[in-house]
Amino acid sequence: DIDGVGPKYHLELVLEDIVDEDSTVNCTAEVLYHLGNKNIAPDVQFTIEGELKNADEADNIFYSRIKSLENELVAENIPDSHGHVSPEMEPIRLLAWVASGYVMWQNSTENTKFQFAQIKHVKQVKRSDEYLEFDYMILLHEMVSQEIIPWQMTVLWHPQHGVQVTQDSRQPKHA
Amino acid sequence: LQLDFWLAPRGPGYPVDVRVPFPSLQPLKAHLEANGVSYSIMIEDVQALVDDERTEMLRGRRRLPLSTNTFDYATYHNLDEIYAFMDLLVAENPNLVSKLEIGRSTENRPIYVLKFSKGGPNRPAVWIDTGIHSREWVTQASGVWFAKKIVLDHENDEGLASILDKMDIFLEIVTNPDGFVFTQTQNRMWRKTRSRHSGSNCIGVDPNRNWDAGFGGPGASKNPCSETYHGPYANSEPEVKAIVDFVKNHGNIKAFVSIHSYSQLLLYPYGYTSTPVPDQKELHQVSQKAVAALSSLYGTKYKYGSIITTIYQASGGTIDWTYNQGIKYSFTFELRDTGRYGFLLPATQIVPTAQETWLALKVIMLHARDHLY
Repeated sequence: DIDGVGPKYHLELVLEDIVDEDSTVNCTAEVLYHLGNKNIAPDVQFTIEGELKNADEADNIFYSRIKSLENELVAENIPDSHGHVSPEMEPIRLLAWVASGYVMWQNSTENTKFQFAQIKHVKQVKRSDEYLEFDYMILLHEMVSQEIIPWQMTVLWHPQHGVQVTQDSRQPKHA
Repeated sequence: LQLDFWLAPRGPGYPVDVRVPFPSLQPLKAHLEANGVSYSIMIEDVQALVDDERTEMLRGRRRLPLSTNTFDYATYHNLDEIYAFMDLLVAENPNLVSKLEIGRSTENRPIYVLKFSKGGPNRPAVWIDTGIHSREWVTQASGVWFAKKIVLDHENDEGLASILDKMDIFLEIVTNPDGFVFTQTQNRMWRKTRSRHSGSNCIGVDPNRNWDAGFGGPGASKNPCSETYHGPYANSEPEVKAIVDFVKNHGNIKAFVSIHSYSQLLLYPYGYTSTPVPDQKELHQVSQKAVAALSSLYGTKYKYGSIITTIYQASGGTIDWTYNQGIKYSFTFELRDTGRYGFLLPATQIVPTAQETWLALKVIMLHARDHLY
């Protein structure tokens, strides 16, 4: 516990590549929760021991494919009810998953545990610059309350510049 | 001999399933008998099944299967299909399986339990339920698989045969049918029942907060719109009351397992209080053995412990109540996965999940059989 601020956790974890499960990397992190002000995201400092696997080729293939689409990409329910994701939609799902990590981080307290549940809806927004932009409506599962929380997020991505969440907002639950 | 192994040899003590071409039947039987290897016939005529399956597939996807041998265990089914499966299973195995209606849901759907019994009046019993939270689809799907597994193995699997020699098994596959239908038709993420209680527009009670164990205490919500709403009073939900009545009337249930997903956990009571149960040490040891058996199949990692120390405080939970009724071996599973797909577990994982979970269930059932009280 850090007096006057909040509890601090030291974590040792292993990062595993989703696509290649045998590729792992060790990581240490320090997480500091701000007890006083619940509206501030926890501070996170981390060190990765080693290098993350290079995904340039897959990134570029995905990037070119989307850039060359005539009509904006639109899709729903990824994964579907049966857990199925078509191969073309897999990168869309991964992108949502990564972006949702930012949203979860910004909204985490010591008493929340978020998981990404599903993309309800995704629409590509065409841009004149080099970035890809997607407007997502996702569902997050918060495990302590067991609530399913709809969340809108606008995601920018470029193979060399990474992921950015430029806008996000929690949505009201359905009745 | 051109033997085609469907369950490959793993080592002494593990069963093997093999398809045998007709000309090799006699020589193989002779060989097994000469070496004292016991066997039983699971399918008399594979070709007949293949022919049936082809007929069926030509008829179109959604027609109900003709037998539990052509039922697709590796896909998710709707309520009608699961209820039809139950009837098929009973019809095919009338000496082992029967179907009991233990109550009706809020929307008046019948609530069914399958009973597996080799006879005897009111034997000590094991209870297994799946699907109490409707969105946890891998659990109902696993329940269907367990039902078939019991029928397939009840004679040739030593462990299961010995359990059924002394105990009955009760299996409730769709514990929350209203919720289940709702996940199929309206909202895949629906968890609760579909009851309406006065004073709120919100529907549904969390059936795993509605039991009379620490009811209404911390670890449940009094907000009807919440996913963990405990309901107006304990056993307000007919789905819960049906089980409560059944357990009390039966009076001889010795092991009770309630199955959920996801998180990969094996849990024992309590959830409503941090006071350890008197049988904590034994339950912890059984859990350790069960988890080891589960992991042995595909390496799936499980954690185990009491509900309150392993996940969170939860009041009014199923196994807290069953334990307090004197059912010592009360456990809850949280099946695959740990969040990658969560509730939307790909159908390809149904059978592996069911297979590994069954190994853990057998450990619990065998322990109960060997430690009847």
